[in-house]
Amino acid sequence: MTQTVENRGTPLVEMRDMSISFGGIKAVDHVTVDLYPGEVVGLLGHNGAGKSTLIKMLSGAYAPDTGVIRINGEKAEIHNPRDARRYNIETIYQTLALADNLDAASNLFLGRELVTPMGFVDDDAMEAETRKIMHRLNPNFQKFSAPVSALSGGQRQSVAIARAVYFNARILIMDEPTAALGPHETQMVADLIQQLKAEGLGIFLIDHDVHQVMKLCDRASVMKNGKLVGTVDVADVTDDDLLAMIILGKNPITGEVMAG
Amino acid sequence: MTKSAPSSAQAKPSLFKSLEIDTRLLGMIGAFVAICLVFNVITDGRFLTPRNLFNLTIQTVSVAIMATGMVFVIVTRHIDLSVGALLATCSAVMGVMQVQLLPQFLGLGNPLIAPLAVLAGLLAGAVIGAFNGWLIGYQRIPAFIVTLGGLLVWRNVGWYLTDGQTLGPLDKNFLLLGGVEGTIGATASWIAGVLFSVVAIWAIWRARRAKIAHAFPVKPLWAEGALMAISVVAILGFVAIMNSYQVPLGRLKREFAARGEVLPDGYTEVYGLPISVLILIIIAIAMTILARRTRLGRYIFATGGNPDAAELSGINTRLLTVKIFALMGVLCALSAMVAQARLANHTNDIGTLDELRVIAAAVIGGTALAGGIGTIYGAILGALIMQSLQSGMAMVGVDAPFQNIVVGAVLVLAVWIDIQYRKRTGEKV
Repeated sequence: MTQTVENRGTPLVEMRDMSISFGGIKAVDHVTVDLYPGEVVGLLGHNGAGKSTLIKMLSGAYAPDTGVIRINGEKAEIHNPRDARRYNIETIYQTLALADNLDAASNLFLGRELVTPMGFVDDDAMEAETRKIMHRLNPNFQKFSAPVSALSGGQRQSVAIARAVYFNARILIMDEPTAALGPHETQMVADLIQQLKAEGLGIFLIDHDVHQVMKLCDRASVMKNGKLVGTVDVADVTDDDLLAMIILGKNPITGEVMAG
Repeated sequence: MTKSAPSSAQAKPSLFKSLEIDTRLLGMIGAFVAICLVFNVITDGRFLTPRNLFNLTIQTVSVAIMATGMVFVIVTRHIDLSVGALLATCSAVMGVMQVQLLPQFLGLGNPLIAPLAVLAGLLAGAVIGAFNGWLIGYQRIPAFIVTLGGLLVWRNVGWYLTDGQTLGPLDKNFLLLGGVEGTIGATASWIAGVLFSVVAIWAIWRARRAKIAHAFPVKPLWAEGALMAISVVAILGFVAIMNSYQVPLGRLKREFAARGEVLPDGYTEVYGLPISVLILIIIAIAMTILARRTRLGRYIFATGGNPDAAELSGINTRLLTVKIFALMGVLCALSAMVAQARLANHTNDIGTLDELRVIAAAVIGGTALAGGIGTIYGAILGALIMQSLQSGMAMVGVDAPFQNIVVGAVLVLAVWIDIQYRKRTGEKV
């Protein structure tokens, strides 16, 4: 599968032979990918190629039909998003998955609220923490008491990122994190990815912008029609090679063209 | 965030902004006051008498209690059409317990009858509500269908339990929970009023201190003081009104005669706060705390705002649905208790059309059917506005069909105004 068989020890994440089908259609068909600490792996493919579905099995949103997930070499049982969080897997969804009617702090801590000794949610403490992390990620952010529906695309994105970063993620999944952003904000996300990578996180980056992947990722896994076309070192291939993988299903190393 | 902000942000904050009062709340209070004043003029001052206001509040309680639960149901994008029917079943259970079953074992007038009857009703409400919630949350049947079916089922389960009979007379202690019988008198009312005032002042003060502790911006001191003053005046003013409704002389005479005494000359007695209204106030406080200060409340609003996001955040939205409907069932039982006690017996048609009144109250109170938005105090005010319209029209002598036409039109008008308001403020409609 992987072309680079250099020995880097145990992968942070190993998804082996993953399959899932919906109503008879194989959305993900025996796909294997892995991720090492301090590495960014791009997941490429057309809409409907199965990249988001594959990653949702890691984040606990879908239960796979077959396959094994290993975290640090040990078999992981991920049945729901809570399990995934227990393995320090954080996800930034393409839709951002924010509750529009709640403010930034409530969204950041959703499902993991800080509580007072009496067991009541401690809004002030959560807002204070939110102010701290937002100061680091997006110093211009000021709308702490407004519902997130009142925020701009970039601000909403920074709330979603803050949520993933705040809880000490070790494995970060980003589903098209820059799709709705302007150039300045895209650069902000790119810088953040470099920073998190340097801190030793493993990042799965789903994107269909080849240039973005060439710029940000170490390796790229390409999917087509639910199957894995191949995984390549970004340094070894050109933009055109990646495009050929996405469009034709052609593996640039072996020259094989995927059937179907 | 960019260039346009400073000019408006640096403008002197308006009065309402400093006070940080919800403008929608002000609008509703305004509507309520306007209704009261108009009816007061038309009825030559009979509307704003202690007696009428007293009756208005105890008539509102039953619908208001259920409306607080309906807020959670609607916030999570569901609906409950079965609350009136559920009320009837719970009322039937309580009626059968205290009139037919318990007296056989405990003897008539046993002090345990009322609490046991209430407990049985609450249990019935919780179980039926949880069952509705299970059908909706786990079996994925739309709430509209489950509760539409429930409307028929539970109305007629109530009928079956009682053979359609009116059950009465009710237990003497039970009667205290609903009607004119159950008031706490002048002194206790003042004590309760002072207690609520102290709690209100403490809550405002504590919120301010917490904000200061985290170095967040706070309102100017005068604004906090004004809020405290408004709260205290409202609470004590309400107590004063309830305390100026005097028990009619005829009734006092009868009461004294029953005790074998003679009514002394010049003796008067006032009703004071009704127990049912106290129950509503306690429920309102509890539900508000639940909505704002607990994880459950946070999850309810998050799920209403974005069900997928809630699920991806690890919230068990199915179990949440069960909890919400079970809570709704318990509130229906509490409503049944108050309604039955006020009417002094269980009747087969108790709570008929209440589902519509309850939904209307929640919606008039600013609960958005699209989900995610709603307040407890809004729903209670909505119930009060509906009841004052209905009572006012009855006092004026408006024909029954016109009463219903007006109430229906007001519901639609209220939602239209709300939509316009949200468009202006740029909120999601």
